[in-house]
Amino acid sequence: MDFTLDSEQTALRDAVRGLLGKAYGSSETRREVTKTDPGWDDKTWQRLAEMGALGLPFAEEDGGFGAGPVEVSIVAEEIGRVIAPEPYVEAVVLAGGLIAAAGTAEQRAQIIGALTEGTLVPAFAHTEPGNRYSEIPTVAASGSGSDWTLSGVKEPVLGGGRADLLIVSAAIEGGTGLFLVQPDASGLTRTSYATFDGGRAAHVAFDATPATPLGEAGVDQTAVIAQAVAAAQIAYGHESLGAMAFALETTTEYLKTRKQFGVPLMTFQALTFRAADMYVSLELARSTVTWATLVLLDGDEGAVLEAAARAKLQISKAGRHIGQEAIQLHGGIGMTAEYSVGHYTSRLTAIDHVLGDGRHHLAALSKTLDDHDYIEPLP
Amino acid sequence: MKLQLSEEDAAFREEMREFFTTQIPQDIRDTVAARRELSKDQIVRSTQAMNAAGIAVPNWPVEWGGKDWTPLQRHIWHEEMQLAGVMPPLAFNASMVGPVIAAFGSQEIKERFLPKTANLDIWWSQGFSEPDAGSDLASLRTTAVKEGDEYIVNGQKTWTTLGQYGDWIFTLVRTDPDAKKQAGISFLLIDMTSPGLTVRPIQLIDGSHEVNEVFFDNVRVPVANLVGEENKGWDYAKFLLGNERVGVAPVGSTKRTLSQAKEYANTAGPGGTSLLDEPLIAAQIAELENDLLALELTALRVVANSADGKPHPASSVLKLQGTVLQQAVTELWVDIAGPNALATGAGDGSDVPDLARTATTNYLNYRKASIYGGSNEVQRQIIAGTILGLRG
Repeated sequence: MDFTLDSEQTALRDAVRGLLGKAYGSSETRREVTKTDPGWDDKTWQRLAEMGALGLPFAEEDGGFGAGPVEVSIVAEEIGRVIAPEPYVEAVVLAGGLIAAAGTAEQRAQIIGALTEGTLVPAFAHTEPGNRYSEIPTVAASGSGSDWTLSGVKEPVLGGGRADLLIVSAAIEGGTGLFLVQPDASGLTRTSYATFDGGRAAHVAFDATPATPLGEAGVDQTAVIAQAVAAAQIAYGHESLGAMAFALETTTEYLKTRKQFGVPLMTFQALTFRAADMYVSLELARSTVTWATLVLLDGDEGAVLEAAARAKLQISKAGRHIGQEAIQLHGGIGMTAEYSVGHYTSRLTAIDHVLGDGRHHLAALSKTLDDHDYIEPLP
Repeated sequence: MKLQLSEEDAAFREEMREFFTTQIPQDIRDTVAARRELSKDQIVRSTQAMNAAGIAVPNWPVEWGGKDWTPLQRHIWHEEMQLAGVMPPLAFNASMVGPVIAAFGSQEIKERFLPKTANLDIWWSQGFSEPDAGSDLASLRTTAVKEGDEYIVNGQKTWTTLGQYGDWIFTLVRTDPDAKKQAGISFLLIDMTSPGLTVRPIQLIDGSHEVNEVFFDNVRVPVANLVGEENKGWDYAKFLLGNERVGVAPVGSTKRTLSQAKEYANTAGPGGTSLLDEPLIAAQIAELENDLLALELTALRVVANSADGKPHPASSVLKLQGTVLQQAVTELWVDIAGPNALATGAGDGSDVPDLARTATTNYLNYRKASIYGGSNEVQRQIIAGTILGLRG
């Protein structure tokens, strides 16, 4: 059991922190970048690619760098620290993870290499309006062999407007299939809009849209989707940790420097105690999320699903707590678009509601109480 | 980074699990499982079983019976003990006075006290708090005036836990009345059978007699009972209160109690149905399990990273959140017991299950947990000041 980064991992963290700190050194830059489509900066994406960050989770034979969940978690956490709008978890961990897990050798060779190089940015079209966090899609697939069409609506699809390739979950006989849809496919309409956290989502409609099966045709991919989603949930946990750590640092700094009644705000115990509670929330969340990454590294699929749900629940609680208090302890300035901290709260809120919020996971966990006497975190 | 315990640590965990589930007398583990108070005799037998196996005081120096274990191994020892329903060695002996004597006492004092302290042949009481010195311990007023080769001790200590069983009491006393607050305090060992020393019980809200007041009226104490140097007692007390990183949060016992609550809830609904089918109860338990997991993992991070001897900054989180969850589980027990929670005084002939009868007394009793050992407000003060640098 070891919860610490080795020297190579520390070097990776420092490098990514350096790169992203330069790109988003001031929150003003982020505001500028997110104003115009696609809501992120292609140059920053290219630099992440040059550094190798986009290929970390993928096997070398597929065109990746053969690193693992720990390295991915490091990048995600640094993304969170500056709330960089680049779609790291969405495109690399989730969409890329699906291609790596379900794709044929040929598909992997075509897509993973380009994703790693930063020239192809995929998106996973999974969520449907009116379908909440359900795993069973209503978008329907029909066809056989390599010749399929999709019909129905996915929304909100994160990064769906800009995506160079859509991976779509759709109902097939006996389960859920995964399909690749090209951006210029007939019968495909994508309408992109801004989300409250500065990101982009899209209404994506399929009307007898031609699609290629990802992997073998007609195979139920429910379990594959669940594993990729779990890896993304855990990576989102790290993105949140980065964001929460920064929100707490900023709040602490503000309490030290801001004066009212002629004294710094940290004179008031009502404020410092609340900052202390934020620290408690952060450290508890850090423990669970880091553990979940180690469970992912360990690779037991059942354990991964449970650990991801536990991490997402802890992150939901901590993210709400820290996000809300960060604004409150700042006072009015925290409400302004010009100041950073409110954007962190927005991002934490967005992450909370992607891939199942805290209550969703709590409800699921509360149905599994009979499975165990108590939780034993170390196998 | 790695999830699994090393082979050596996994084997160590098995060894501890085997010991605690088979070598501690069953009546003691049954009493803990029933959530009832252990008798003095049970606590002594439990400690002596551990001491006979050489694992009662692993945190002590090896020459005085300690073990050369890693912090992680001590954590495993502590967790497995609690999971098995075994009370940790009496803190006053094993984690408080023992380490202080071992670190600061003369060779003579070590030889005189340490073996008997490890084996609980001497039952120690703690004489720190006073009526006007609680969280602000340094304002204590009990005096010790040197007269020849004796100190004459006058004053009052309070909240002396299990003082009714005490053979000796380790005290903080003021030996220099002119020195400022923290200076002028000494660490003095006092025989509780000394003339002029009186122990008076304090009745608590759960009906128990757990704490006491201890009065000192011209109690004569040999100068030889001074630990370390005169007027250095505050440093020793800080060492005593600050040197523990293992077992700061009662993770294992809270896990066991929560697991037991779940088992009880399984048939506690109307007509023996399962309360786990009640969404609110089930969600409460599931959330507690998740919070407890986060706490346990934080404790593991702290022990895994404390090899350099410095406290990990997250260790204040352990005391704070550890007691929050400990209390939350005692509260859950009362909720699960429902109306049966009122039957605390039921005896033979009652149809109320025993575990429902003890739910409320435990709930009331454990309100203490967020007060003793540095209240949770003191912990927040430490986190804000020491970790976040927020100093008013």
